[in-house]
Amino acid sequence: MLRLFNIEFYKFKRSKSAKVLSIIYFGLFAFIALFTSIRFNFGAVDFRVAEQGIFNFPYIWHFNAYFLAILKIFLAIVIVSLMSSEYTNRTLKQNLIDGLSKWEFIQSKFSMVVALSLVSTLVYFIISLILGLIFSDFTEPSIIFSDLEYVGAYFVKLIGFFSLCMFLGILVKRSAFALGFLFLVWVLEGLIRLGINFQAQSLDFLKQFLPLQSMSNLIVEPVTKLDAISSAANQLNPEFEKDYSVPVISVVTVLVWTAFFVFGSYKLLQKRDL
Amino acid sequence: MAEEILKLDRLTKTYGNLKAVNQLSFSIEKGNVYGILGPNGSGKSTTLGMVLNVINPTLGEFRWFESNMPTHDALKKIGAIIENPNFYPNMSAYENLKLVCKIKELDEKNIDEKLEIVGLLDRKKDKFKQYSLGMKQRLAIASALLNDPEILILDEPTNGLDPAGIHQIRDIITKIANQGTTILLASHLLDEVEKICTHVVILREGKNLYTGRVDEMNATHGFIEVAADDENQLKTFLSSCEEVSEVRELPKGMFKALLSQPTEASTINKKAAQQNIFLNHLIKRKESLEDSFLEITK
Repeated sequence: MLRLFNIEFYKFKRSKSAKVLSIIYFGLFAFIALFTSIRFNFGAVDFRVAEQGIFNFPYIWHFNAYFLAILKIFLAIVIVSLMSSEYTNRTLKQNLIDGLSKWEFIQSKFSMVVALSLVSTLVYFIISLILGLIFSDFTEPSIIFSDLEYVGAYFVKLIGFFSLCMFLGILVKRSAFALGFLFLVWVLEGLIRLGINFQAQSLDFLKQFLPLQSMSNLIVEPVTKLDAISSAANQLNPEFEKDYSVPVISVVTVLVWTAFFVFGSYKLLQKRDL
Repeated sequence: MAEEILKLDRLTKTYGNLKAVNQLSFSIEKGNVYGILGPNGSGKSTTLGMVLNVINPTLGEFRWFESNMPTHDALKKIGAIIENPNFYPNMSAYENLKLVCKIKELDEKNIDEKLEIVGLLDRKKDKFKQYSLGMKQRLAIASALLNDPEILILDEPTNGLDPAGIHQIRDIITKIANQGTTILLASHLLDEVEKICTHVVILREGKNLYTGRVDEMNATHGFIEVAADDENQLKTFLSSCEEVSEVRELPKGMFKALLSQPTEASTINKKAAQQNIFLNHLIKRKESLEDSFLEITK
């Protein structure tokens, strides 16, 4: 397995687009962190995002997991281009002739998916920890390290999403088309959800099993959980109550989809003549 | 019997109704240089694709090294280049070969030596995309040689190259063949195969028409081309010779006499002179591969 990861990492290091996009991605991470800690001082207005309570432990785990996950699209482009360039340069064919098996090829690609998810999770963890330590009102270890389920959810979310990208990269062989296809999946899921909402409410439970929906369900939006907003919501509707925890069913669903995408990629490759 | 490197057993590939490769069987023995000959579309590349793990056979099987090892493991012991050289455009020649070493689980110390063989050592730091087609093809050969392969498989290695490039590639292949490496060369260029190969496999429409030594393809003893001032006299003489099995008239008063037994040109000359026929043209020839090939694929 280490050999396969080494092979993929070697390709990754020498792929210009992959490097540039990864730098942009992690640059954006740092930039957002920096940006939110800036104090805006426009004469009478003295505003600091960081002081609105979003960086309080343990809320910050949830907040950052939700918003930083949006940036995953940059790494998705990296994954897709790493996949599809193997087709466009016909290097996949050469790899196989050189003695890599099709299953090894998928394993090496998936190891990159796991590695990128892991690095992203690590950076998210470190940035949240630093921001929290600077701005949080509470810094007791027991509070800092509570609600870490969001870290796990973030990791699972990225792995699921990147596996989908890998699958699409193999399915359509061209990075631009693969990303278009990703958009198509998103639209299609939206249509299915709409259809269920209006035509077949009895099938409502199926929505949570859609691939993108299940990934999105992993981390519930954190905004209404914020003190200021949730108290406002409570005044409007005293019955307002929401479960913000990570649903186990979503974790299982995403992991099942991930397995499906990995084996699906292999089956596609196995059936194809190159 | 020599060690068997590759054995094909009724290998078949169909695309819809088209039988690209049809029940193809042959085997490759160590130390020989094989040519797979056939017109374009005769199934050469499909056959190589199947034994190289990139095309799934419809039927039949093949076996590497008389063993049951998985194909991808067997491929680590061979070197192959197919059609166009495929490498990572943004990596240098050296980096590309290093990747091949990682895949084949080889030591990287061989890279420079192989680049030297194909004459690319001084360009090893240049990116692959900056290479000319000839250089790309030579890099592919270097890559195929990295593991000191048991067999080198080349699919149309001179396709698309200029005459100088073709010459360079042929030199390299001849050099490798002389070191005793088994080679399997697919080509539609007859003279290429004739110059390099000891054995041929001839394909047409996915079927095997002939497998064997190049020099046994024409089992005849060759023929002579002769001319003399008196054509009729010459014709009568040739027909009466016991060494000649058939006489054909050629343009410009020449005759082609097929030989029925090993005969030197001087024997014919001497006999003719004894009958007061003085030849002004006498050449003894073996049938060329082209003649045999056209005969077989007719």
